[in-house]
Amino acid sequence: MSTAENQMDSKTASAAEIRKRKIADVVNAGLKRRYAAERRFRFYGVAAIAISMIMLVVLFTTILGNGLTAFVQTRVTMDVVASAERIDPQGTRKREDLVAGDYQGAVRDAVLAMFPEVTARKDRKDLMELFSNGAGYELQRKVLENPDLIGKTVRVEVPVASEFDMLSKGYISRDVPEAERKISDKQIGWFDTLKSKGMISMGFNTTLMSSGDSRQPELAGLWGAIVGSFYTLVVTLTLSFPIGVAAAIYLEEFAPKNKWTDIIEVNINNLAAVPSIVFGLLGLAVFLQFFGLPRSAPVVGGLVLMLMNLPIIIIASRAALKSVPPSIREAALGLGASKLQMIFHHVLPLAMPGMLTGTIIGMAHALGETAPLLMIGMVAFIVDIPHTPLDPSTVLPVQIYLWADSPERAFVERTSAAIIVLLGFLILMNAAAVLLRKKFERRW
Amino acid sequence: MPEAMESQVTAGTPLLSDASAVKIAARDVNVFYGDKHAIKGVNLDIKQNEVTAFIGPSGCGKSTFLRSINRMNDTIDICRVTGTIALDSGNVYDRSIDVVQLRARVGMVFQKPNPFPKSIYENVAYGPRIHGLCRHKDELDEVVMGSLERAGLLNEVKDRLDQPGTGLSGGQQQRLCIARAIAVNPEVILMDEPCSALDPIATAKIEELIDELRENFTIVIVTHSMQQAARVSQRTAFFHLGTLIECSDTEQVFTNPIHKLTQGYITGRFG
Repeated sequence: MSTAENQMDSKTASAAEIRKRKIADVVNAGLKRRYAAERRFRFYGVAAIAISMIMLVVLFTTILGNGLTAFVQTRVTMDVVASAERIDPQGTRKREDLVAGDYQGAVRDAVLAMFPEVTARKDRKDLMELFSNGAGYELQRKVLENPDLIGKTVRVEVPVASEFDMLSKGYISRDVPEAERKISDKQIGWFDTLKSKGMISMGFNTTLMSSGDSRQPELAGLWGAIVGSFYTLVVTLTLSFPIGVAAAIYLEEFAPKNKWTDIIEVNINNLAAVPSIVFGLLGLAVFLQFFGLPRSAPVVGGLVLMLMNLPIIIIASRAALKSVPPSIREAALGLGASKLQMIFHHVLPLAMPGMLTGTIIGMAHALGETAPLLMIGMVAFIVDIPHTPLDPSTVLPVQIYLWADSPERAFVERTSAAIIVLLGFLILMNAAAVLLRKKFERRW
Repeated sequence: MPEAMESQVTAGTPLLSDASAVKIAARDVNVFYGDKHAIKGVNLDIKQNEVTAFIGPSGCGKSTFLRSINRMNDTIDICRVTGTIALDSGNVYDRSIDVVQLRARVGMVFQKPNPFPKSIYENVAYGPRIHGLCRHKDELDEVVMGSLERAGLLNEVKDRLDQPGTGLSGGQQQRLCIARAIAVNPEVILMDEPCSALDPIATAKIEELIDELRENFTIVIVTHSMQQAARVSQRTAFFHLGTLIECSDTEQVFTNPIHKLTQGYITGRFG
């Protein structure tokens, strides 16, 4: 044997040997590294989830901490004489005269009667600041309901002015020097007197859930915004769901695959990425300027949000249609179903959960949308509750924006309360999406 | 591809002498997927009330050819078919033939059992319902029960007709698909590897069923199992690379094949 041959021999022998002997060792040597990589990756995942959970907890505790107190309200219960001189000086007992009565004056008489020692003009004015205008409105409501009350003593329970609500909730400290707080020591003294007489109580803040907006925090409520949001979403849903689903079905099932459909597809994807305020400008130019639709109206808001929602719904619906297994389509076609029958009998029912989920997520998106609605005037200060989608109105997120902008201390907690309500609706909608998915989901 | 466009010479007896027994007559059929020439000049007669088996290695075009008989290839945009496939006397690619009507006459059973995610009853009733075959509920009930009976499934499912068809076992699902196909009472049933997803016992049941169905239907079956082709079919067609290499009586093909390729394939030398 030559040396060269020898070398060759030992080489092949060692290669074979290595292969035989080492596979287990080689795998073993690498195992540690593989498992380490896996552990590392798991740690990153856990860390990411932990961070996002902490952020969520921080968000919720801040909002709940700030906002929960807004759901209770400090009230004062007092007896007011509904004197005929104040309310119905002519004595006609007619509704139009009763509406014009001086109810605020009647309340003022009652308050001054409670504090006979207050005589100075300035002090009397300060004293009246304890009571919100709501007292007069409440008395008016009661008298209009039952004109027989005139001349009698009426018990009204009304919110106190928001500063004193803040005082009783502890947001305004008594330790702060008088000059640095909005309410004077004297006023605090009067408030304490009322309290010691047992006229002050805390109760559920019905105003918050039943009234429209107001400049006075104690009279401000979310109902107008909730109704506005509802009308807006109804308009959005009734337009964007059928249009979006029909467009998705056509594009996915019927449209020929050519450069026109490619262009349309690219543009739908682009539209989904357009900043929402641009849709607001479009709405302003098209719906308000060109079509002359009313400003601040939910119908216009709904149209704008529909434009914003359409690409989202179309994309989700197309994905849902695509995910229906081809075997089901073949089964239907093989039996002699027409294309439309195949789609409506088999494909659409299977795609429905995906479509509904996409739509509800789009609607949740629309519920939280603010920017485009600012452009079409839904940011106006509107006290009345809208009765139709054509009435001026605002929506929940815009209401949050408006309240967050207000200087009164009491609006801080109301802003958070509005956020809680908005989040509540969002959670409800997402839960509905999950439930619908569960209900319509079928296995194959 | 001038040479490919010519009609291919097929060994054996692809064309039948008795024209009255021919159910499907394919003449010079070419199928293209875009540029790919998937079926090359096939001439083939399929006999009435017989089982014709298509065999051949994967990708040889046997499924493609099967699917061009009921125009399932229409759903593929890039697919193009030339030549004629005559069902009785009408060319299925003729403008006057409506594809919905064609598929009511030519039913299909697929490789993977694909019942609708609906009840067993609804699965079978779907075909008669969309074609308006039954006027009354009783009539429909009768058709559904009859089809399940003929598919040998009635005894197993009669207590749970309202349960989802997807809850059945694989073999039962495939028999449900067969029941669904025969509920429309087609003339021809195309089966695309109907047993490839099933265990041997379920396969045996389906094969038995195919043999029974032959009395009333013309059956074309694509299969990868040569034993299956030998067991269930009367005639066998062997495809290779898009060409129909040989077609004869099954016995002839398996005992005394003419073409070298057929020989090689059935003896397991390739494929």
